[in-house]
Amino acid sequence: MSLKIVVLAKQVPDTRNVGKDAMTAEGTVNRAALPAIFNPEDLNALEQALRLKEQNPGSTVGVLTMGPPRAGEIIRQGLYRGADTGWLLTDRLFAGADTLATSYALATAIKKIGDVDIVIGGRQAIDGDTAQVGPQVAQKLGLNQVTYAEEILKIENGVATIRRHIDGGVEVVEAPLPVVITVNGSAAPCRPQNAKLVMKYKRATCPMERPAEGTPYDYLYEERPYLTLNQWSVADVDGDANQCGLAGSPTKVKAVKNIVFQAKESKTLSPSDADVESLIKELLDEKIIG
Amino acid sequence: MNNVFVYCEIEGTTVQEVSQELLTKGRKLANQLGVELHAVVAGTDIKGKVEEQILPYGVDKLFVFDGKDLFPYTSAPHTDILVNLFKEEEPQICLMGATVIGRDLGPRVSSSLTSGLTADCTQLEIGEYDDLKTGKHFDNLLYQIRPAFGGNIVATIVNPEHRPQMATVRSGVMQKSVYEGECRKEVVYPEVSKYVSAEAYVVKVLDHHVEAAKHNLKGAPIVVAGGYGMGSKEGFDMLFDLAKVLHGEVGGSRAAVDAGFCDHDRQIGQTGVTVHPKVYIACGISGQIQHIAGMQDSGIIISVNSDPDAPINKIADYVIVGTVEEVIPKLIKYYKQNSK
Repeated sequence: MSLKIVVLAKQVPDTRNVGKDAMTAEGTVNRAALPAIFNPEDLNALEQALRLKEQNPGSTVGVLTMGPPRAGEIIRQGLYRGADTGWLLTDRLFAGADTLATSYALATAIKKIGDVDIVIGGRQAIDGDTAQVGPQVAQKLGLNQVTYAEEILKIENGVATIRRHIDGGVEVVEAPLPVVITVNGSAAPCRPQNAKLVMKYKRATCPMERPAEGTPYDYLYEERPYLTLNQWSVADVDGDANQCGLAGSPTKVKAVKNIVFQAKESKTLSPSDADVESLIKELLDEKIIG
Repeated sequence: MNNVFVYCEIEGTTVQEVSQELLTKGRKLANQLGVELHAVVAGTDIKGKVEEQILPYGVDKLFVFDGKDLFPYTSAPHTDILVNLFKEEEPQICLMGATVIGRDLGPRVSSSLTSGLTADCTQLEIGEYDDLKTGKHFDNLLYQIRPAFGGNIVATIVNPEHRPQMATVRSGVMQKSVYEGECRKEVVYPEVSKYVSAEAYVVKVLDHHVEAAKHNLKGAPIVVAGGYGMGSKEGFDMLFDLAKVLHGEVGGSRAAVDAGFCDHDRQIGQTGVTVHPKVYIACGISGQIQHIAGMQDSGIIISVNSDPDAPINKIADYVIVGTVEEVIPKLIKYYKQNSK
């Protein structure tokens, strides 16, 4: 059967490679110093989606992301790897969203896309590590959910069979479509970008990514409609502004502070036999070890 | 109404330790707020088998949902139980483990109730909050404190207007202890079908396989941990020798796990296991914030590192400046010589 698949993907600061200048003197995060990347587990999700597309002729894969205009890059990276289309949710009203308001926005967009068989995303994003958006989107759409998926084993007669990671083991579950799936980082890595697709889509942009004064490629956008990526505002998805962004977020950040560990008075020892033996004796005498 | 709830997770008929840790924390919060601690557990054939694993941690009222197909866990039936129970009970706080189950269930419940949820809290406190925008003042809110941005900052989150205030906490972050004070210890067995619709059981578990943990890193009194500075998997294996003579367990930093020196389930840190041993021996670990977050409450910290300026040395009680290849065999040798 052909499947309509939506991949949820997020552009995130690369928190795994935090350098010295990533924190400002005031202890806030200097986002500009962190490269923006495709959230790693969302790439695992994209790979599962692309495999399903290959196994089920006639299927389509679209990448849905929310963020500032530059997050259009996430859609391009999806297209370079084999996605068919994408949607960027961008609007100042979406800003400041916690996971619940984010889920609301994504769910309204998925309703707008319509008739989706599978919504699939990474288990969590590396900037927040919450793992909440997948299940919350599922709840908002009234769909089943399977989290921590490692592999979609098969889709048959409208039922997905999925192997998932659980604490201390594995589980195989069957879930009827439509379903929301979140993919664990232990799943297969995503295929690389395809050179032909990079050539085809490298000028693909959302209208808001283009400079107001125009680009030398404007003629291309007229000739090739697929180079204009879908860009949706709150109004475009028939969203309720009160449920979006900061206004729609039940959680509030009371305080943020830099981590400072209490420094201890340490005793510095050399690796000499005498020093090591005296340390061991001291720990044994005080019954700390033994 | 207005009580503190803890969702207790089970494997078969065994209540998970993380739930007991949260009951202990929940009891303290309930005492501070002057309310009751309630617990909820759902499974199959659990009646008479789980109560004594839950009540001793200070529970005033326990809701046991015992029904077919409630174990193994699937999202929808457990969500229905919590959502419908919370509509009746209107708790002010709900805690659950930041486990695969808690992180599947928590967001679904919070979305159903439009309440806020904070994942992976490392501290929970009660405090006040002033909303600068609306000028409203709130007393006795749950401060949900968690690291963010890869552990580089700590954020305090509050849910001023929505109930319950929900939070998940990782295993090992809180410590469990049997409650010595007075509590009611009432147990009720609600009719499952009144809470869960028949359509909720659509996801079927075909195979559920859980292996007992190969080690007890979380509860070990002595932890020997290695980082990228161990150099290789072979070099890392030296730590198992040291742990064996000291009767301890072996852990690793994320860098060591990523390099393939040790298994993922031995990772210590914010995204791994949190440990509180009597003695923590950090070998070739530089001490990234996200690692320190998982071991800073250890009793005695010994750092073995060739770099005298390694960040971990700042929080260590003893720093041996030297290579792991030189120091670790000596630690083994002198321990064997001097212990009985």
